[in-house]
Amino acid sequence: MADKTTIIVQSGDMDKLYSALIVSNGSLAMGMEVSLYFTFWGLLRLKKGGLEKGPLSKMHFLGLGKKMMLGRMKKNNVASLERLMADFKELGGKIIACEMTMDIMGLKRSDLIEDIIDDYGAVGTYIQEARQSAITLFI
Amino acid sequence: MAEIYVDVRGETCPVPLVEMRKAVRKAQPGDVIEITGNNAASKKEIPMAADALSLAVISTEEQDGTWTIKIKK
Repeated sequence: MADKTTIIVQSGDMDKLYSALIVSNGSLAMGMEVSLYFTFWGLLRLKKGGLEKGPLSKMHFLGLGKKMMLGRMKKNNVASLERLMADFKELGGKIIACEMTMDIMGLKRSDLIEDIIDDYGAVGTYIQEARQSAITLFI
Repeated sequence: MAEIYVDVRGETCPVPLVEMRKAVRKAQPGDVIEITGNNAASKKEIPMAADALSLAVISTEEQDGTWTIKIKK
């Protein structure tokens, strides 16, 4: 099994994107390769300006809960999603966007943050990545 | 043989590991990377990461919760 982590990012929730990027950046820091496959609600986070827009998965309370959580995270010096994504790319992490989700949601490549997306694909692309991965997660 | 300093005091998971990795990538073989921080988990995990990257930890020191780890590339 290769030293690789592959994650399906299906959720567009802020906290779950944190989980995905923290596991990814930890994997990269420890010398592994990483592929993130963004699908369904997760793909919305790859829209231009969309990275930080996700709701909290619990206790969102029309945005009030998220605001409080972000306040507590800032107090504890937790990095922003923008920063985690910049680190992910700098360390060679790969991003794949699900083409079927793009069709369903009516998204064109130009609607997405194209400069961070390495590939556009379907389930076969994910399987090719995942079958060689020691760590695979669905978030 | 250059010495590279990485200051991650005040930073929390996963930033200390990530900054260590960035410094290791930029370093030349033989360079020493010195990382200083105060995140408790990172003190354990930076040596784990060094091990995973097949790099030697030269020394680990800690005073009042602030640690310094030296790694050789």
